[in-house]
Amino acid sequence: MSDIPGNLRFSVNHEWVREEDDGSIIVGITDHAQQALGELVFVELPEAGQVVTEGDALAVVESVKAASDVYAPIDGEVTDANAALADTPELINSSPYEDGWIARLQPGDPTQMEQLMDAEAYELMLAESGA
Amino acid sequence: MPFIPHTEEDVAAMLELIGVKTTDELFQEIPANLRIAGPDGIPAGLTEAEVSQLAQQRAAGDGDVVSFIGAGAYEHYIPAAVWDLATRGEFYSAYTPYQAEASQGTLQLIYEYQSMMTSLTGLDVSNASLYDGASAYAEACLMAVRANRKSGSRRILTTGAMHPVYRAVANTILSNQGIELVDLPVAGGVTDLGALAAMDGEDFAAVSVQQPGFLGTLEAVDDITDRAHAAGRLVIAVCNPLLLAALKPPGSWGESGADIACGEGQPLGIPLSSGGPYFGYMTCSKSLVRQMPGRIVGRTVDVEDRPGFTLTLQAREQHIRRSKATSNICTNQGLMVTAATIYMSLLGSEGLRRIAARCHANTRQLVTLLSGIDGVSLLYDSYFHEAVICLDRPVAPVLEALSRRGILGGYDLSEHYPELGNALLVCATEARSAQEIAAYGACMQEVLAKTQVA
Amino acid sequence: MKEPLIFEYSRPGRRAPSHAPGAMASLDDLPAEVLRADPPVLPEVSELQVVRHFTRLSQQNFSIDTHFYPLGSCTMKYNPRVCNRVAMMPAFANRHPYGPEEHGQGFLHCMFELQEMLKAVTGMAEVSLTPMAGAQGEFAGVAMIRAYHLANGDTQRRQIIVPDAAHGTNPATATMCGCEVVEIPTRADGDVDLEALRSVLGPQTAGIMLTNPSTVGVFERNIETIAALVHEAGGLLYYDGANLNAILGRALPGDMGFDVIHINLHKTFSTPHGGGGPGSGVVGVSQRLQPYAPVPVVGRKNDQYVWLTEKERPQTIGRLSAFMGNAGILLRAWVYMRMLGAEGMLRVSEYATLNANYLMARLMQAGFQAAYPERRASHEFIISLKDIVRQTGVNTMDFAKALLDRGFHAPTTYFPTLVPECLLIEPTETETRQELDAFVDAMIEIRDLALSDPQEVKRAPLSTPVRRLDDVRAARQLDLAWSENR
Repeated sequence: MSDIPGNLRFSVNHEWVREEDDGSIIVGITDHAQQALGELVFVELPEAGQVVTEGDALAVVESVKAASDVYAPIDGEVTDANAALADTPELINSSPYEDGWIARLQPGDPTQMEQLMDAEAYELMLAESGA
Repeated sequence: MPFIPHTEEDVAAMLELIGVKTTDELFQEIPANLRIAGPDGIPAGLTEAEVSQLAQQRAAGDGDVVSFIGAGAYEHYIPAAVWDLATRGEFYSAYTPYQAEASQGTLQLIYEYQSMMTSLTGLDVSNASLYDGASAYAEACLMAVRANRKSGSRRILTTGAMHPVYRAVANTILSNQGIELVDLPVAGGVTDLGALAAMDGEDFAAVSVQQPGFLGTLEAVDDITDRAHAAGRLVIAVCNPLLLAALKPPGSWGESGADIACGEGQPLGIPLSSGGPYFGYMTCSKSLVRQMPGRIVGRTVDVEDRPGFTLTLQAREQHIRRSKATSNICTNQGLMVTAATIYMSLLGSEGLRRIAARCHANTRQLVTLLSGIDGVSLLYDSYFHEAVICLDRPVAPVLEALSRRGILGGYDLSEHYPELGNALLVCATEARSAQEIAAYGACMQEVLAKTQVA
Repeated sequence: MKEPLIFEYSRPGRRAPSHAPGAMASLDDLPAEVLRADPPVLPEVSELQVVRHFTRLSQQNFSIDTHFYPLGSCTMKYNPRVCNRVAMMPAFANRHPYGPEEHGQGFLHCMFELQEMLKAVTGMAEVSLTPMAGAQGEFAGVAMIRAYHLANGDTQRRQIIVPDAAHGTNPATATMCGCEVVEIPTRADGDVDLEALRSVLGPQTAGIMLTNPSTVGVFERNIETIAALVHEAGGLLYYDGANLNAILGRALPGDMGFDVIHINLHKTFSTPHGGGGPGSGVVGVSQRLQPYAPVPVVGRKNDQYVWLTEKERPQTIGRLSAFMGNAGILLRAWVYMRMLGAEGMLRVSEYATLNANYLMARLMQAGFQAAYPERRASHEFIISLKDIVRQTGVNTMDFAKALLDRGFHAPTTYFPTLVPECLLIEPTETETRQELDAFVDAMIEIRDLALSDPQEVKRAPLSTPVRRLDDVRAARQLDLAWSENR
């Protein structure tokens, strides 16, 4: 069973999103996603200033056996990326929701947040897919 | 039955276990209208002795010739141990080393190969090889476009002094992805630096340069590299790896070195064999490693903490990344790399340097001899182990006349470089003896004396 | 015993000097700025050290010559020695690729014959030998399909359909050709889902990439319907014919309606795998794609064999290699095909299929689960270990490693991905029934051990030069080259 914090929103591609007080959002991949990928060996991070549209590839997470795109859950501009992942990608395995965050975005259209799932809906989606 | 070990008794027992009466029943799922009785137009089978005899006859018809052709494939002496070892069944008949524990021989050998290529080219990392020099160049162009994110350009500057077929192959492979190769003109046998300077304001992902160039001449690689980097372009170096024992390695070009090196590995112990199989090498700086196509072997440890080797960074490759892979390439030229690694081990850096230097000396001797003949002149004074000579008449009939005398006189440049006139690219490697070089001179004199100036 | 790196044998000044010219010629006439300042770091070793080192390395490999190697979709059949000997005959090995045609008639004659024989076994109108590996053959195939549509003004045809079971090169190739990939599902019985196919066909369809027998090891029974549907929609059919072993001499891809095919000569025609290449991915094309075939092609004019190039084929997709592809590999395939003859080719498919069906039947009898038990095996078949995995915790990779300890190379694992915990097994026609029986015994032994002592299976392999390697460390702490300062 994977951990699904109640205070986050989720995408169908297993990204999580946390809204910050300053209006920015933090994006990472879920505990379920990191378990499915296995031990991560590399993360290709976005650069600050990059403007993304929902569904664009934002980052790439790579394990020994798989590489997977991390998609932008909503439109926005990248303002920061988790530089610690460059040397210690395993932070995503050990702490997917805290130390293993991937990028900070300034949302282009905050109303898009409403299209994302809450924890309950995400849990249901995982259950339906047999996870 | 060649290569099939089954006895009648075996077949009967196997069919019984499967639960069919004849082997024909095993093909029932092929719709009846698609089934044929056998292939048409295939000759009857031959015994090993018969096929060997046939091959001997065919090969004999090709004749005994002494070759002075280079143009991207070079005749060098290959020590006996190279192919004796490379064709050991354990190398020859092994598959790609996916089961690492059962493939440590191949994996360690590739690691040693990668180490040798990084040292020869002066760059940080090498892959396990690509198909050949031309396709390696195309892959290097694709890699540069992926890697140069700051530029984002889908154009690569190349040069008319680059092997014309390399440029053609790159065009075949790149054009479907909308990547464009822009040719710089040639001046004095090398890239026209003025024309390069005129491009300074334009956006290109990379500049590629061949050293020595196709015409045998030596490029100003330091200037080209520094200018490219100043303009935000990557540098792709295309080099003959054998000559890198004597020539400045791409990693030392200019202030910060070329970013990607690639080229034809054939000179490192691979027979000419009508054009293949050869292998393409590729090395690059560490920061670009995840953009590199092809297999890569890494050293790690096993569960008992003993050193061992395994394929690594596989997530870049087609079998995992599918449509987002760095390339569709699956194979490396494993057997060729096996031979090349053995070749480099036997020769060492001193041996390779001696061969390179002798190639230069032999070519100089040949050029001196030929350009002393009436109607022959040397086009460019500076060259390494190939040089352009000009005749006072069309090249093709002269080459034909030489070929009738058992001498392959060089590569006719008139198709790819008509602007050079009656130009011929000649090469004398260390495999050519002083007598053979002298014989070429004598034949050329005779041929030119007998035929008319057009 | 772990063999040291060749560099670890090196001592300054040690030489194998008989292989290089005796004296160093001068390079003084060249400008200093183009010359190398420090020599490259290559080993300095004796010839005996080289021979011993590489002999020892070779002994750390599994190979066809030493072990049964039932790697599915790879065809590890015996590589006859004579094929290598012919290709390495001095007259062939020393021929320069730019040597004139009159000094290459023997070689070109062999290549012309090879083209003709490959046409005969594929039912195609023309064969080009130049692609240097399967992936290049695929590239050539899709590039020809695109060129054909573009020549007809169909610029919008950019979609390539592939079954979800397809090899990863298919989508990777489509991308390299500037196409978009559409995946369609495979039905539970292993055939393509025709409804799904219908739903994706349209004016955007460039073509479909299929292999038959399919990636799941069964013959695609609806192939004619698929061909008709795709052609009606204006698309072309690409046959990923990497492996012809199960249909050789019995059915022609041309008759099935395919427009282009590539053949991996190292699969069907027994050229060496060489530890990962060189391959050879020759392509065959139907009449309508003939103008686009990659050059050069060998032709015949007035009893002479000649190269056909861009001059004769102005619409060609162009060149894929510096010269004409892996000629020495092509020669090996020529020897093999001339030895087999028409009858020998029928025997290849007969015994490859017999061995696969026998091995599948024996494994099923022993209680292993076939992925498609109702179907005939082609040259290969799939076993799924998912029940054993659930029962014991021993997974497919553990099984693979335990096979190594019993003297068998593992079958292909976890491919195709749509069958969970699978082994794709291809015995080939050159193995004896006794060898297959021994493999079944090993499989049974491993399963029994998994049931009684799963941890013991998970420890495997124990007998190989190294045991399981730390892949994560290999990728995180990249060590890709030896250097002096370590």
